[in-house]
Amino acid sequence: MATVTHESSDTAPAAGEPASETPPAAHTPDEHASGGDHAHPSDWLYVKVAIALALLTAFEVFTYFETVHGWGDTAIIVMLVAMMLLKFFLVVAFFMHLKFDAPIFWRLFVFGLILAMAVYMVMLTAFRYW
Amino acid sequence: MADTMAAEATTHSPHAEEHHTSTGISNEKLAMWVFLGSECLLFGGLLSVYMFNKGRIGPTDVGPNDVFDIPFTSVSSFVLLMSSLTMVFAVSAIARGNLRGNRIWLAATAALGAIFVAGQVYEFTAFYSEGLGFTTNLFGSAFYSLTGFHGAHVTIGIIMLMTLFVMSLRGNLPQQRAETVEIIGLYWHFVDIVWIVIFTIVYLFPQ
Amino acid sequence: MTVTDGAITAPEETLALPAGPVIANRPLGVFTRPQGNEGWKSWLFTVDHKRIGVMYGAAAMFFFLVGGAEALFIRLQLATPDGSVIGAGTYNGVFTMHGVTMIFLVAMPMAAAFANYLLPLQIGARDVAFPRLNAFSFWCFLAGGLLLTSSMLIGGWFQNVPDGGWFNYAPNSGVLFSPHKGIDFYAVGLQITGIASLVSSINLIVTVLNMRTKGMSLFRMPVLTWMLLITQFLLLFAIPVITVALFLLMFDRLWDANFFNVAAGADPLLWQHLFWIFGHPEVYILVLPAFGIVSEIIPTFSRKPLFGYHFMVASGIAIGFMGWGVWAHHMFTSGIGPLAVAAFSVSTMFIAVPTGVKILNWLGTMYGGRLRFTTPMLYAVGVVSMFTIGGLSGVTHSIAPSDTQQTDTYYIVAHFHYVIFGGIILGLFGGLHFWWPKIFGYMLDEGWGKAAFWVILIGFNFTFGPMHILGLQGMSRRIATYRADEGFAFWNMVATIGAFVIAIGVAMLLWNIYKSTRDWRRAGRPDVGPDPWDARALEWMTASPTPEHNFDSEIEVEGLDEFWHRKYGKDETGRVVRAAPTSEVAHDGSNTKVHLPSPSYWPIVLGGGILLVGYGLIYNLWLAAAGVVLLVASIYGWILEPPDDPEAAGHDEDGHDDGDGHGDADSNGDSAEAEEEAATVG
Repeated sequence: MATVTHESSDTAPAAGEPASETPPAAHTPDEHASGGDHAHPSDWLYVKVAIALALLTAFEVFTYFETVHGWGDTAIIVMLVAMMLLKFFLVVAFFMHLKFDAPIFWRLFVFGLILAMAVYMVMLTAFRYW
Repeated sequence: MADTMAAEATTHSPHAEEHHTSTGISNEKLAMWVFLGSECLLFGGLLSVYMFNKGRIGPTDVGPNDVFDIPFTSVSSFVLLMSSLTMVFAVSAIARGNLRGNRIWLAATAALGAIFVAGQVYEFTAFYSEGLGFTTNLFGSAFYSLTGFHGAHVTIGIIMLMTLFVMSLRGNLPQQRAETVEIIGLYWHFVDIVWIVIFTIVYLFPQ
Repeated sequence: MTVTDGAITAPEETLALPAGPVIANRPLGVFTRPQGNEGWKSWLFTVDHKRIGVMYGAAAMFFFLVGGAEALFIRLQLATPDGSVIGAGTYNGVFTMHGVTMIFLVAMPMAAAFANYLLPLQIGARDVAFPRLNAFSFWCFLAGGLLLTSSMLIGGWFQNVPDGGWFNYAPNSGVLFSPHKGIDFYAVGLQITGIASLVSSINLIVTVLNMRTKGMSLFRMPVLTWMLLITQFLLLFAIPVITVALFLLMFDRLWDANFFNVAAGADPLLWQHLFWIFGHPEVYILVLPAFGIVSEIIPTFSRKPLFGYHFMVASGIAIGFMGWGVWAHHMFTSGIGPLAVAAFSVSTMFIAVPTGVKILNWLGTMYGGRLRFTTPMLYAVGVVSMFTIGGLSGVTHSIAPSDTQQTDTYYIVAHFHYVIFGGIILGLFGGLHFWWPKIFGYMLDEGWGKAAFWVILIGFNFTFGPMHILGLQGMSRRIATYRADEGFAFWNMVATIGAFVIAIGVAMLLWNIYKSTRDWRRAGRPDVGPDPWDARALEWMTASPTPEHNFDSEIEVEGLDEFWHRKYGKDETGRVVRAAPTSEVAHDGSNTKVHLPSPSYWPIVLGGGILLVGYGLIYNLWLAAAGVVLLVASIYGWILEPPDDPEAAGHDEDGHDDGDGHGDADSNGDSAEAEEEAATVG
């Protein structure tokens, strides 16, 4: 087990109090780039996000059973995709900390994501899939 | 990327998480994000293959509507979604120095993941007994490939979480290594968002 | 990370143990790390990016000879009408293996050799971000390469060899049409080399983004580093696509899935799309490193800075983006529909623009320069001229009606050999001569080097020039024979003679390596000095051969071509004058206190595990299970082995001990775990 030294004991209690956590070097353009745990949101925020995710999932499943209202397939698909994207970005932004973390992560990940969607959608279009 | 030099030029903060790299980000975390960017193309490809092939079956073949059990899959999806919550609790606990809490949440995450995988095994068995094998038709091949790849990723995630758990028990996972947990967490959340997409497109889309 | 914080804030306390808490590391006894840097063991267990680079180069040269021999068999078979040197079935295997070998086992690893050796040096780093992963990339590549090559021998000479062409179109690749195990070797072997490329790309991207020395902003990096970075991004995003395609193929062949089973309603065009979504970026993966090499050689021997550095970088990035939007030009005749053909035709015409920018910039660099036609420069000029020919014939393919006539004829073969041999192989050979003194500490003989260059260049044009004509005459590619009355005989004979001239040129190149090595040894191993070519980038700023620790102290970079500007300044009249002798500027490699990452057993063991899994998938799943056990064991061995040698106990992964030398070794479980996932993706 690691021994706690003066350095970690300086920071350890502070990590629990986000308000007092701004590091001295906060004037740098990407203060979050330090990857510090100071940027982590509180557990309560995570719970709120999880509740939102659960509600969205419940509503998604609801559309599966309640197609009787005369919604067309297209409307349902649009709604499902919207909710899927919302869930996706909630997890990415909050659970994966991209909202608080260095922008380079965001760029790398979104580049892969957009590229994937672009090439595969073009491929399916070439097959006249839609 | 232009800001990287600025980050380097500033004096090092006394904060414990500063990294001595050009970007100020640790190599491991950057590598994980680069890897996840690459994974988007893998799952995107498998998902497109599924979408392309799911309808290419004969009129009497076993299709999505014949086998899918939405209530069951909804529950297991919910379990996986909640494992992301326990995962962030684990990261949050170790960042605060709460090693015991970290262990508890790691174990909880692994357990929820295991429930999901067990659900998938059950689902596969049920589908198989209803006449949908891997070789039955194109829908079967594509479905099992896509969800199987995802299940393999979850399984690897569980193994990594268990490894972290054992490391923590042996005292090899102190607060200074909080980032290791965070990085494994990134992988875990990615697997979760892949399932968010699969669940919507594969299971919930009107067939 | 945290542990080294003391060292970061107080670099002067370098030789003391880090001030932070010592993380308990409890190796399970057996997991010690190998020591020493002498003998064969030091190569097998090395994590040094330079040795790994050399091994990549040596392996690529070996496979180059294999692929070259296959090429000679192709040309012998086609030398005369109704050729009977090898049968049609063997011929299919030979041309398939020639393509697969040259692309995946020669051009890619040879570029990886330069990337491994030079990229850390050019950004002033101590090593790559994850040295052990780097070693694993090499062993994994070698495993895939040996598995693929072994298909020629296993079960009889060319009995189980891939025979579907390098792009291996479905449904021809199915068990129904190719019942022997050749295509299985193709699917599994490329999957394994794909894992290697993916791991390596992650490693090198992190290296470039994170390990640059002080002041080395992105736009101060040499063009070679830029081109390699773009290549790694292309690999990062292209490899997963071929991974998907290869998995589908593997599932079809090994476990009777239906992805390409037309009888079950499959559309085999899916393979073509997936393959070329990977395959066209792959073309740029192959060519961009060669472009980078040429961009290093030409300014050096023109004694001018590269003309339009920013344009050069921007055009590389543009190629990196646009390379994703042109794949269907390989499929114009597959019936993808007029709209798709038109769209991809236009995007293909556009991608010629950034390539043209590069040609222009090289010419602009040479224009008005003090040209020295050394061997590397000859190769570089050869690239500029030959690649231009290949590029121009490529533009003719972007015009769909014209392409419809040329598809699957020798015109295509001529085009891509002008690009791949004339652009890539010549560029890589130029780099070989250029950096040989840096890597091995002595020059290759210039006389033999130039002679070999001319022989190769002439042979090359005699081989592939006539194929344009043959193609326009209507000779199909991939046919084993042709009739005498078809009028193909003369130019085929010329091409065959040309191929043997190339072989003589390559033999001269190899003789040059042997002879130069022998002469250098006989002369008592004279020192070539750090900078024999009077070059510009940072790798020339340290001793030759590069000492194990790279640089004696951290270099602070103030601009592009830093090394050059330390050597040369301008006088009052604006003339370039020598500011300092090289011996003052360059490091002599005498700092032996730089902390080095310890060698490791596990990368090669992990590679062995993957090889077992590969053979197991093809032949026996129990063997694969044994491979998986070995694989998992070595991953845990990797995680559990101590981060460093015993003397440096307590250093964590960022073992940044010396204050100088950008000495971030890896050595932590994280990298292994990241790799664990990588291994499962591929």
